[in-house]
Order: sequence, then structure tokens, then C-alpha cells
Amino acid sequence: MISIKNVRKTFGKLTVLDGIDLTLTAGRSYALVGPNGSGKTTLIKSILGMVLPSAGDIYFDGTSIARHWQYREKIGYMPQIGRYPENMTIGQIVDMMKNIRTGAHTPDEELIEKFKLAGMYSKRMHTLSGGTRQKVSAALAFLFRPPVLILDEPTAGLDPVSVEVLKEKILAEKENGKLVIVTSHILSDLDELTTDLVYLFEGRIHFNDTIAALKADTQEPRLGRAVATMIRQKQLQEPVQH
Amino acid sequence: MRRIIQYVLYDILRTRFMLLYTALLFISTLAMFQLDNDPSKVVMSLLNIVLMVIPLVGIVFTTIHFYNSYEFIELMLAQPVDRKVIFLGEYIAVACSLSIAFLLGCGLPILLYGATPAAITLLCCGTVLTLVFVSLAFLAAVLTRDKAKAIGVALLFWFYFSLIYDGFLLWFVYAFSDYPLEKVTLALIALNPVDLARVIMLLQLDISALMGYTGAFYKSFFGSHTGILLSTTLLAVWIALPCYLSLHIFSKKDL
Amino acid sequence: MRLILLLYLLPVLPLLGRTVTVSKTGPLTSLKQAVAQAQPGDTIRVQAGTYAEGNIVIEKSLVLLGEHYPVLDGRHKDELLTVHARNVIIQGFRFVHTGISSIHDLAGVRILDSEAVRIRGNQFDDTFFGIHISNSSHCRIEDNTLHAQVRVEHQVGNGIHLWKCQHMTLHNNRVHGHRDGIYFEFVTNSLITENYSEGNLRYGLHFMFSHNNEYRRNTFENNGAGVAVMYTYGVKMLDNTFAHNWGSSAYGLLLKDIRDSEVHHNRFIQNSVGIFMEGSSRIRFTQNEFDGNGYAVRLQASCDDNTFQQNNFQANTFDLATNGTLVLNHVDGNYWDKYQGYDLDKDHIGDVPFHPVSMYSMVVEQMPAAVLLWRSFLVLLMDNAEKAIPAITPENLKDNSPAMTPHDLH
Repeated sequence: MISIKNVRKTFGKLTVLDGIDLTLTAGRSYALVGPNGSGKTTLIKSILGMVLPSAGDIYFDGTSIARHWQYREKIGYMPQIGRYPENMTIGQIVDMMKNIRTGAHTPDEELIEKFKLAGMYSKRMHTLSGGTRQKVSAALAFLFRPPVLILDEPTAGLDPVSVEVLKEKILAEKENGKLVIVTSHILSDLDELTTDLVYLFEGRIHFNDTIAALKADTQEPRLGRAVATMIRQKQLQEPVQH
Repeated sequence: MRRIIQYVLYDILRTRFMLLYTALLFISTLAMFQLDNDPSKVVMSLLNIVLMVIPLVGIVFTTIHFYNSYEFIELMLAQPVDRKVIFLGEYIAVACSLSIAFLLGCGLPILLYGATPAAITLLCCGTVLTLVFVSLAFLAAVLTRDKAKAIGVALLFWFYFSLIYDGFLLWFVYAFSDYPLEKVTLALIALNPVDLARVIMLLQLDISALMGYTGAFYKSFFGSHTGILLSTTLLAVWIALPCYLSLHIFSKKDL
Repeated sequence: MRLILLLYLLPVLPLLGRTVTVSKTGPLTSLKQAVAQAQPGDTIRVQAGTYAEGNIVIEKSLVLLGEHYPVLDGRHKDELLTVHARNVIIQGFRFVHTGISSIHDLAGVRILDSEAVRIRGNQFDDTFFGIHISNSSHCRIEDNTLHAQVRVEHQVGNGIHLWKCQHMTLHNNRVHGHRDGIYFEFVTNSLITENYSEGNLRYGLHFMFSHNNEYRRNTFENNGAGVAVMYTYGVKMLDNTFAHNWGSSAYGLLLKDIRDSEVHHNRFIQNSVGIFMEGSSRIRFTQNEFDGNGYAVRLQASCDDNTFQQNNFQANTFDLATNGTLVLNHVDGNYWDKYQGYDLDKDHIGDVPFHPVSMYSMVVEQMPAAVLLWRSFLVLLMDNAEKAIPAITPENLKDNSPAMTPHDLH
């Protein structure tokens, strides 16, 4: 569904993505994992067209996304830090999004209900806590029933109940045959949510396979341990300064 | 596009700055007319506002607005909306609201007290300068990554066009005062939208002095069809070029 | 008694002479012949028609009356009427197409060594010189219209040209398209009233060495270089209008070496320079109106002891400019629309002096092209800095009692 061909991205002298080749298929869910600054968010933003690759190409359903925007109709994106016009209320934002994304689908308001956002529609964005913002972001990502879901640190800052609500929703959508891409530092979450693991380090992909395969390789039953072992095996740790 | 403009306009109106700006222009123009019975003297006082305050407010407001709508722009970028549409939506909304604020604030009292040809020309010049500086502000905003820097660049633009360039022009005239300079100065003036607007106003207000220097050259130039066409085109270029450049940069910018 | 008075007057009444009529249908068809046959005191009536008879010389007291503007045509080679006599009246003719010569000043009407000649209600069209008068006195030129179309200066002479004359009167003539509209050299004790000199190639009015003349209610408009007057004393200019004289060396009124004169109640409207003065002294400028000029007054440092009082300065780009710092002239009690002072004691006179010389006018004096920066932020800063700390403007050139409201000059 999405194929990334030899994508490089440099910011000045800094190379953030260094030749990424990746194919993401519908019906699978990918855990995008890597240390801070490994290029996860840049990769996601490249897929969304917010960051333009210095080289290489990204194809969505076989068409290059360069200078295209219509394909974003099919993506629901939940940013790491949801930033919204501060003076608008939740209700206005939801209305505005509905206004702008005039797809044929009836909106999926399940998360709005479960997060009880409707009761807070008149609250302005600048009065919201970080967790509530995350709820708004999550609700907006699922609102238009997109076939692709890109979730950047979806559970960060959410209370335990809401985390469960969100995880259930992600799983349900995965079962519906959608392509889900999740980044998270909480590997136990990913264990439940994803089928595949992509490990990024210093702008390169060092692992890209199913989680089952990883567990089998490392003979670790839990994803967290499995990843740790993989990192150790591949010597992907930052050199420790003495 | 219409929806984007609508949301940006809504955002601009919410801050109440526009209302304040319009009211301030309205009150000061009205006060000028009440203190001075001679409409042509009011036009001269208003000229200072048009040549300095309007560009300054235009460029600073637009830059700040652009950075304040960064969240909105980010939100839109993840949606199925063309970047060009986002940019032009922002541009049109800001340009329209600033122009309308100026036209209402200065235009209403002028219509009430004395819509002389000079006053009408002044309104046109003010609107054009607003648009020029909105364009320049967008350029300053997309050229930089951070708000403070962008405001700095914007102020530099303003400072350059309203002061530094004229300083250079004065030096030039001084250095080459032995040569016939009419055509060269005309060309140099065309390279600064503020000067261009100012000379168009000079033709209304100080035609006698101007004729003393250039003979009929400037009058015949700006009075002729080619002259009007050329100066309008130049001002249009001053609006369109920075706007086009910033659109180009914006569509390639990482956000 | 009445009879005696009538008899006494008889010799001067032309009616007592014979009247002959010249017309195209005869019997007398030639004006030249009529003039040759006439006795002094005769009246010659000329009926409508075109008479191209070359130069006609009048050397006796005659009255020439045109009926319905008979045309005297010079066919582009001749001078038309030459008058060398006393008590001649020429009225109601139309003079066209004199010759053009760079050696002889060919004219529609030439008057030389004459006295008491009256040129009245004639039309001059395409004449090289219109009316050319030399070495004469007590003539009266009135209600004539002079018109030339040539656009090159050397192909046209002056409209009304006077050389070495005394006690002349010019009244209500209209001159257009000549080199100088009205030209005087060595003309004294004359009166010039209600003339309209417009669109002439060089000066609307030009005089030199012409002392003790009075100019009243004339209008000089849109002439190539305005009005220039030089080397003269005892000039009185009252109620005239100097308007729309635009150009790099065009002046509403150029005063060069003029002294002991009076310029009162004139209007200077939209000239590049309202008044330009050089080497002039003891001139009183009172109750004049300066409106919309580039410079209202340019006072060169060579002028002294001139007085400006009760004038109105409005909407001029620069009110007063000078090229020196020495102040030998008096400026007092004028209205300046640029005055920003206050009047706390309510005596309609500003409480702080006004400095009419703006700093930037000094800059423009040095480099005329700098006028293009007028009204820019830069110039505003420079002018205000100069107001705070005067450095290059003459500190003592000031109006100590500026009027708060315009003087009523109507």
C-alpha cells in the first residue's frame, strides 16, 4: 500500500533518513521503533508530505506522493504533540475537520463518545490538558474511517482507562484490514497492537520483519526483551562515553 | 479554498486586533479632518500614515499571524488539502482583512469629508502598499524557522524600503548631481514600492515642485497610458513576486 | 458759449474730416490708395474682405475703421501697417500672415517715432511681431487679440513689443503663442492693466530698464518661463495673477536687479517657483497669495532689505528657500500653513517664531534631483532633526509674528 524507495532526508549537515526502503501492506500493523532522534517522526512526516525527502520517492497505492495531496484522504494521522489553533473550541475543530474532509463516509464518532469529548465541545484548545489533547488527536485520526492510520506515540499522556479504549479501537481497526503504523516507547503496547516491527537507528532500517520472527530469533517471549536482545546482537547502542 | 479563507478570517477577527486597527485609523483620520478644514492638508498628514504605519502594521501583523497559525497550517497539512490552497487561503484572508481595515478606517472619513482625486489616489496607494507588505511578510515568514527571526526579517524589510533605500537614493543623487538623472531616478524609484507610491502622490500634491525639477518628464510619464500601465504593473509585480516566491518556498518547506 | 466750445473742439474731432469707404465691390477697392489720397483728419472705413496690398505706410493723422474685421494679409512676406504720425486710430482689423525675418522685425502694426496712436479691438493671427512700437509716447493699445501658433522660438516675435517709449497704456489685450507676450525695453511711466498673456513660448511679460511702470490686474499664465523683469526700479505690481508656470527655469515672477518696488496683492498659483529674486533690494511684498507652488519664494543671498508682510503661504512644497545664511531681509506677520506653533494669548499671532526655510529645501537647492525624496520618512527625520538642532538653515530668517489664520485678501 505504501512503499518507500531509498528515501534520504538531510537537514543541513544532519542526515536524518539515510536510504530507507520499506514496504507497508494493508491488513498489517507496523511498530516503528527506534531511539530518540532516529528519524521515526521524520519518516512519518515524509509519508504525510509534511517533510519533503531530499532523495528517493514514496508511493501510495502505486503513485508517487510528490506534489499530490489527494492521497491524504486515506490517512488518519495522530501527531506526537497535537497542536491546534489555540482559540478554537473542540467542537469547532471537529466541525472544521468535517467541513474540510468531505468524504462519503459517515464519521466514526466512537472515540468522541468513549472519551466523552462531546461534553467538552465548548472548551477552547488552550485550556485543555495534554491528555485531553491526545484524546482529540486520536478521535480526529479515526473520525473519517481512513484505510491507513498513522499514530505517533498514541498512548503517551493518556490515563490508563483511555489507553485501553484507544488500544481496543486500534485493534478493531486492524481487524478491519487497515494499515496501522504506530510508534511508541512502550513496547508492551506494541506487542499487543502490531504484527511487524521496523527498527530505525540513525536514519537506517536495521530490522524489518514480523514480531513473531523476532521473538523466534531471539527466543524471547516478550517484545521488549526481544528488541533489547536484537539491539545487543546488532550492536546498535550508542557508544557509551567514559 | 473558501473554507480555509473562512477559518483564517474567523481566526483573525477573533483576536480583535483588526477591529482595533480599523478604529485607530478611523479615529485618527476623523480627528485630522476635524482639526484641519483643508482636505489637501489632511491628505498630506495621511500620507505619512500610508507610507510608514500601513506597511509597518501590515508586515508585522502578517508575520506574527503566520507564526500564530502554524498549528492550523500543520493540522491542515495532514489533511487532504493542497499546500498551495493552504498558503493562498492564508494570504487572501490576511490581505483582505488588512486592506478592508485600511479602506474602512481611512476611506470612510475621506468619503465623508472630501473625496478629492488626491485622497482617492492615496487610498489606492495605501491598499497597494498593504498588499505589497503582506507579500513581503509571507516571504519573511517562510524564509525563517522561528518567529522572532521572522519578525526581525520583516522589520528589516520595512526599514529597508522606508528608510535605508531612500538614504541610498539620496547619496546617489548627491554623488551624480552633475548628470541628468531623471530617467535613472525614475528607474531607481520603481525598485522600491514605497517610493513608487510616494512619487505617485507627489504628482498629486507637489506637482509644481516636481515640474521644476523634471520639467514635464515625470508628469508626462505618469500621466501617459504607458506610464500608468507601467507603474501599475510594477506595483503588481511588487505584490505578486514576493507572494509567488513565498508560495514556492512554502510548497517545498518541511513543516 | 456752447458754439464757441464746439468750435474750439472741432479741429480734433475726426468726424469733421472726410470719410471714405474702401470695399471689395468698389468704387474704391484699395486701402493703400485710400491712405495715399486721404487728408490728415480723414476717416477711412474698410469693409469686410481680404486686402493683400503689401506694406501700407501711414504718415498722417488718420482714422482706420474696419467693419466686420476686414483682413490685411501679408502673404507671409510683408509687414502690414507702418505708422509714423500723430493721432492715428486703427480699429477693427484682422492682421494675418506677416513675413518672417531674422533681420527685420516684421510686424502686424509697427509704430515708430509717433505719438498718441490708438490701436484698438484688432485681431492678429500668425503675425511675426504683433504690435511693434519704438521711440513713441502716449499711445494706447487696448482690446486686441494676438495669436500665434508656431512652436519654435526663432520663428515668432513678441506679441506687443515696446522699445524706448513713455506714457503708454496697455489695456485688456490677450496674447497667446508669441515669443514674449509683452516685451518692454526702456519704457517708462506706463500703465499695463487687465491684459491676459498666456501660453507664450518664453515670457508672458518681459521687461528691462523700464522704470516707474505700473502693472495691475494682469494675468500671466502657463508661459514657457513665466514672467521676467530685470534692471529696473520703481515697479508697481498690483492684483496680478501669475499661474501655472511650470519647468526647471520657469518662474511666476523672476526679479533680477529690481529695486524700490512694490509687489502687492498678487496671486502666485502653482508655479515651479512663485518668485525668484536675485540682486534685488528694497522691494515690499505685501498681501500676496502663494498657493501650491514648488517654491513660493526663492531668495538668493544677493538680495537685501526686502520686506515680506501679511502674505499667505499655502500648500507650497517649500515656502522660502535661500542659498546663503546671511539674513538681510525682513519677514513678518505672514500666514504660513506649515506653522505648528500655538497662540496662548489669543491675539491671532503665533507665540513662537516660524522658520520658513526648511532644511530639505537647502538640500534641494544644492541638488535639484533630491526633490524626488520629498515626503519620505528619511526627509521627515532630517527636517525634524534640523528643527531640533538647527545646523544649516539660517537661524535668524524667521517670522516673529506669524498669523494663526490666513489673511483675508479678497
